[in-house]
Amino acid sequence: MEKFQTLHTTGRPLPLENIDTDQIIPARFLKATTREGFGENLFCDWRYNADGSPKPGFVLNDSRYRGSILVAGKNFGCGSSREHAAWALYDAGFRAVISSYFADIFRGNALNTGLLPLQVSDEVLARLLAAIEADPQLELVVDLPSQTLAVPAWSETFSFAIDGYKKECLINGYDDIDFLVNQKSAIEAFEKQRAWTW
Amino acid sequence: MSRTLFDKIWDAHVVRSVEGLDVVYIDRHLIHEVTSPQAFDELAARNLPLFRPSQILATADHNVPTLHQDQPIREPLSRLQVEKLTENCEKYGIELYGLGHQRQGIVHVIGPELGLTQPGLTMVCGDSHTSTHGAFGAVAFGIGTSQVAQVMASQCLLLSRPKRMRISVEGELRPGVTAKDLILYVIAQLGTGGATGHFVEYAGSAVRSLSMEGRMTVCNMSIEMGARGGLIAPDATTFAYVEGRPFAPKGEAWHDAVAYWQTLYSDDDATFETEYTYQAADITPMITYGTNPGMGIPLTGHVPSEVPASEAESFDKSLKYMGFERGESLLGKQIDYVFIGSCTNSRIEDLRAVAAYVQGKQKANHVEAIIVPGSKQVEHQAIAEGIDKIFAAAGFELREPGCSACLAMNEDKIPAGAYCVATSNRNFEGRQGPGSRTLLASPLVAAITAVQGRIVDITQYLN
Repeated sequence: MEKFQTLHTTGRPLPLENIDTDQIIPARFLKATTREGFGENLFCDWRYNADGSPKPGFVLNDSRYRGSILVAGKNFGCGSSREHAAWALYDAGFRAVISSYFADIFRGNALNTGLLPLQVSDEVLARLLAAIEADPQLELVVDLPSQTLAVPAWSETFSFAIDGYKKECLINGYDDIDFLVNQKSAIEAFEKQRAWTW
Repeated sequence: MSRTLFDKIWDAHVVRSVEGLDVVYIDRHLIHEVTSPQAFDELAARNLPLFRPSQILATADHNVPTLHQDQPIREPLSRLQVEKLTENCEKYGIELYGLGHQRQGIVHVIGPELGLTQPGLTMVCGDSHTSTHGAFGAVAFGIGTSQVAQVMASQCLLLSRPKRMRISVEGELRPGVTAKDLILYVIAQLGTGGATGHFVEYAGSAVRSLSMEGRMTVCNMSIEMGARGGLIAPDATTFAYVEGRPFAPKGEAWHDAVAYWQTLYSDDDATFETEYTYQAADITPMITYGTNPGMGIPLTGHVPSEVPASEAESFDKSLKYMGFERGESLLGKQIDYVFIGSCTNSRIEDLRAVAAYVQGKQKANHVEAIIVPGSKQVEHQAIAEGIDKIFAAAGFELREPGCSACLAMNEDKIPAGAYCVATSNRNFEGRQGPGSRTLLASPLVAAITAVQGRIVDITQYLN
């Protein structure tokens, strides 16, 4: 997993609520057996017509928006547990998603992919969406060590929550496998002391 | 100290705690062809062994055709993925009930029917509907592929303990109201993100009186309101279902197991962060009108005419996709397809309910009705009971087991613009195929809709 420290970029607005992982990456694209290449089908059915031509008006087809933060409506990533949704966002160049609410499994998958799920209040989200639509060049600065999102144009900084362990993992590019494999002796001891007879 | 059912099971599986996170031991790991290949690659790339292969069971379900399963899969990428699963299972010594095996089926159908799913266990699968197994009083939940690799490498996951929610449904369900209506009703009350961050215990007399199949339907859809999982305290109904199944404890071990399982309930004064109570009498047959499972109404109800301003854009986009208007009734709407299947409603009880209604009747001419059993065992049982002949006579096509048209990654898809009443769990845009329009409902509602060819008040049509 790549290290994540800071992000200095612009946002791409997708002001819809309850964006599910079937929209992020439809199931018919889950036949691949590797992690790479899902980005071209990210938001496929919103992004392309049936003949493969881009749908004008969809944010990923709008040349005004080029940043690596997706700013989306609340309850982002609900539905299926497919990690392919996080891989597709990452593969398409996104490094963070800002929303006012994330579905649990998506949040975990994003953190395991190196994609930062950055939760803000409904009010801040609404302000961000409006401001980015008014000015696609609105600068956003994410600083993971200090857990802040800064909007220099507003002279405002918002703090966000993240689990301390997951924060360290992201900053250092570690993942849970390394940690869990190192717990092997504790896990084996746990197995031995269990009362299960069936 | 008083504890919830969830906490009793969770606590019994904590290997150690670190910085507010628990290393949680996983008893059973179910895998399928779609979310496992990258996890196997992860192990190989790090040169890690598979820690406990005997605690993993594999099947092929998402990507399989539901016709001609005796022949090679035609679609090359689907075939490759299923072959990859077979290769990986051989390489790592994992039991695989693959295509053609007499125990093959949807992963959440075969676990319970084989007796692998038991009270008190922790179970995971790279599939969000793993919550199904909670019907037995297990802590079962869906995980991403990175976590699949973690369980393969260590039989553990590093997790924060979710909050607890209890949803009680009291009283007796009305005629024609099933477990599916109960859970669609609850999701409509809470919304698609209403239980995010929580593990839900379903309780109350209406839940207690459900069969195991009904309880599985309820727990299956926990994720549709954002819950990490759902579970129901095990009782005599649970024990009777598990007893005698291939992987169930036998002899002395059975008695020990039941004695332990009887301790698995929420203590009287256990604390839940959130509690809801509903009355069974308020629940009527349900259907969804929109593009998330929280957008459900009684069959005889109306699409909402008012929504909060912040939700208006998403709401109207959803109605436009479905071809419905604010405030309208769905009664009388013509339906093109009926899909009876998926991990939510493809068990023998579901097929029996459909057969009991359609016996001696005919589906409407313009409707295509397919029934996809959840497993080879369900298929065989349906044939043994003669249900297959009832379906054939009524014009319903009985397929071979798989996830089928629930998620449109195999050959079974609903065409763009067509309306499908489905017994599955998601009505997202394009879920059953690009442009498809899904209306979620119970097997009984689906059966009656297929015969009538349009949405009706099913209480007027019950046998």
